[in-house]
Amino acid sequence: MLNYVLRRLLIAIPTLILISLVIFFLVDLAPGSPASEIPLTVPPDVREKIMESLGVNQPVWVRYGLWMKQFFYVEPLYGIDAMFGTDLAQGAPRLISYSSRVPVFQYIGERLPQTLTVIGTAYVLAVLIAIPIGIYSAYRQYSWFDQIGTFVAMIGFSVPTFFTGLLLIIVFTVNLHWFPSIYNTSLSVTDWASFKTQVQQMTLPVITLALFNAAEISRYTRSSMLENLAQDYVRTARAKGMGERTVVLKHVLRNSLIPVVTVIALGIPTVFGGAIITEQVFKINGIGAALIGAIQVNDLPVVQTIAFLTAILIVLFNLVADILYGLLDPRIRYD
Amino acid sequence: MARLAVEVPTVANGGISEDLTQITWKLQPGLVWSDGTPVTSADAKFTYEYCTHPEGGCAQAARYEGIASIETPDAETVVITFVAPKPNPYQAFVGGTSPILQAAQFANCLGAAASSCNEQNFKPIGTGPFVVKDFKVNDVVELEANPNYRDPAKPAFATMTVKGGGDAVAAARAVMETGEFDYAWNTQINPEMQAQMSAAGKGVLLNGFGTLVERIEMNMTDPSPALAEGERSTTKHPHPILSDIKVRKALSMAIDRQALVDIGYGSAGRASCNLVPAPEMFASPNTDCIAQDMDGAKALLEEAGWTDSDGDGVRDKDGVKLKMVYQTSTNPVRQDFQVIIKAWWNELGVEVELKNIDASVFFGGDAGSPDTFQKFYSDVEMYANNFDGTDPEPYLAQYLCDKIPGPDNQWQGENINRFCDPAYDALVAELAKTSDMAERGKIAIRLNEMLTKDSYVVVPLVDRGRLSAASNTLGGVVLNTWDTELWNAQDWFRVK
Repeated sequence: MLNYVLRRLLIAIPTLILISLVIFFLVDLAPGSPASEIPLTVPPDVREKIMESLGVNQPVWVRYGLWMKQFFYVEPLYGIDAMFGTDLAQGAPRLISYSSRVPVFQYIGERLPQTLTVIGTAYVLAVLIAIPIGIYSAYRQYSWFDQIGTFVAMIGFSVPTFFTGLLLIIVFTVNLHWFPSIYNTSLSVTDWASFKTQVQQMTLPVITLALFNAAEISRYTRSSMLENLAQDYVRTARAKGMGERTVVLKHVLRNSLIPVVTVIALGIPTVFGGAIITEQVFKINGIGAALIGAIQVNDLPVVQTIAFLTAILIVLFNLVADILYGLLDPRIRYD
Repeated sequence: MARLAVEVPTVANGGISEDLTQITWKLQPGLVWSDGTPVTSADAKFTYEYCTHPEGGCAQAARYEGIASIETPDAETVVITFVAPKPNPYQAFVGGTSPILQAAQFANCLGAAASSCNEQNFKPIGTGPFVVKDFKVNDVVELEANPNYRDPAKPAFATMTVKGGGDAVAAARAVMETGEFDYAWNTQINPEMQAQMSAAGKGVLLNGFGTLVERIEMNMTDPSPALAEGERSTTKHPHPILSDIKVRKALSMAIDRQALVDIGYGSAGRASCNLVPAPEMFASPNTDCIAQDMDGAKALLEEAGWTDSDGDGVRDKDGVKLKMVYQTSTNPVRQDFQVIIKAWWNELGVEVELKNIDASVFFGGDAGSPDTFQKFYSDVEMYANNFDGTDPEPYLAQYLCDKIPGPDNQWQGENINRFCDPAYDALVAELAKTSDMAERGKIAIRLNEMLTKDSYVVVPLVDRGRLSAASNTLGGVVLNTWDTELWNAQDWFRVK
């Protein structure tokens, strides 16, 4: 097992280098320039100086090399420095955003907490709701529960989040005044009152996202369960005189979880990547909002870094999913 | 209005030298930074050095242009000497975008180090009513009242939160409908939503007008793709159709500017025929273009020899069809404008091809891209521009012959239309030498008219105002379009 993990990690290195090349050059070659964000009132010579100070005018290979060095060497050093109070980085130039001139990793660090709290909660909630619904829907196929579940899942999956989000804001904020429409990222939870405010401001975005995610996961669970319920081993288990509970929850569920685990595991990187639309709607200003904002203003370092971090997470969680298969299904062996 | 100075220096009070080459600012005595240390003339001199450092990339460098030296004879006196007479010396250290930095705080941030000075850049020490407590990029700024503010009775608020992100509609809603915030700026929402949100009764929309004008620019050179790269849209080839003023004028006459305002901006816009719509002393009284005159426009085209000889609805002359490529940046209001203007021009007998380009490319200035507004590979294009501050001189000087973009200057000129008139150049030179304000006003009006009603090279459409939303519970708000909207935040208070 350890061998397998090591081997996979080693294979991941060339994969990630390839991905980094593709991301960097694709983003770089895309039309547009950070200069478009400089007001037209700034004269051309000043504009040129600003661009020069950003380092935009260097050849693309030099910028790629610098980016890799900053990503894998300089920034981790700053990370260690921040954690242990050392000074390993010694003021080496950091990876800096074009538009705000703030170090990209600091920017991501500011954005990550709200993304993880809101999008993470929504995801956990979605999984917790979706799996039981999927199981019961499959077990009682075509019952009224299944019909309603299918209907809600269809709505959740097909109605876009910018619509559900706006609808919730109009009903619960503008008309009822129950929840805020703007997420306060500076709120720190210290007592019951602030905890209540935090829950209130999380409610609407979490509902919006959980509905969407739960719809997908419950459908996967349901179809996978259906497939397994019809298998011969289920009949055998029942013939042995096992209780329905054991048959469904131990035998069928465990076998049905393999595709579901893939879907859930590969969904986790998107939690870190933020939910672009939902974050915009509720002004959560997390990673997703940072990414879309950076794309709009051609802030290449931010776009490239967030895209690459997401790629790393996807590679990692792919591995996690593969390991989980082995745990769920003893027939799968990696040695 | 002087904030940190004892008074605004003028020639009359001796603050500006007779030959206009020197301005002397006197700082108010006892002025302190938010950390309690005194503000001195050395801070001003340092700010000048900071912003003019060749490696700093300071965005406000133009404000320090033409300064020969800054002297500090004593701690409260700043003497700025210019290389040549400067009719408008109120550039450096004037307005919200040209603040004085604290030398002690920024001492290590000169030049290339400027961008890595995070602590300084995001928590600058200032003299304003609030100090920065927390700054999260593109998200939120937490401010606290400055304990050392020069007026001990102000500000009325202990804290202020500035929230970013989202869009104009959401920002307006947070003030006008949900009441979560007290003030929102740049709430550019369509007239229908303006009415709907005002009806909620929680706040008011404020509007004020500055110098931002949405305009159609005419290309005086030939953008035809048949020409070789490097020849296209250059002065080597005059435009085959638009070189005729009658065509340009007819295109302008066919537009109903008030209809455009009603559709796109509502109370935040007004029809305009001027490139320089304000300040009043620089604005031409010209309103010739306001009324749409479709018949007049048609007659003008007939007169110019453009007739529909083959009856296909498109005018032609000597076998050339009257056809325009009309480009602008991608933006819902601009696309609405394109469609409406296209309909009017079609009615006129002009075939119009619309094109919209992502703003980051259109305004990106990349010399390698064919789609920048500077390259102008189309017949007409639409965008908005304004000038910084109250003096239109640099703005009008953009239309000099030697500022035409072309391959030899990497397409970096500001004379987008490739307009070139020696009389115009001479008048701009005269403006630079004139110091009498009334006379400057006259020249600026003349220059503006040469570009608009005399030549129709620039076809102004809408004078775009600012639209902001203020809660009914917030008092003391005065919208000032010449400075930051927080310019008088020290006077804001809670209406009980």
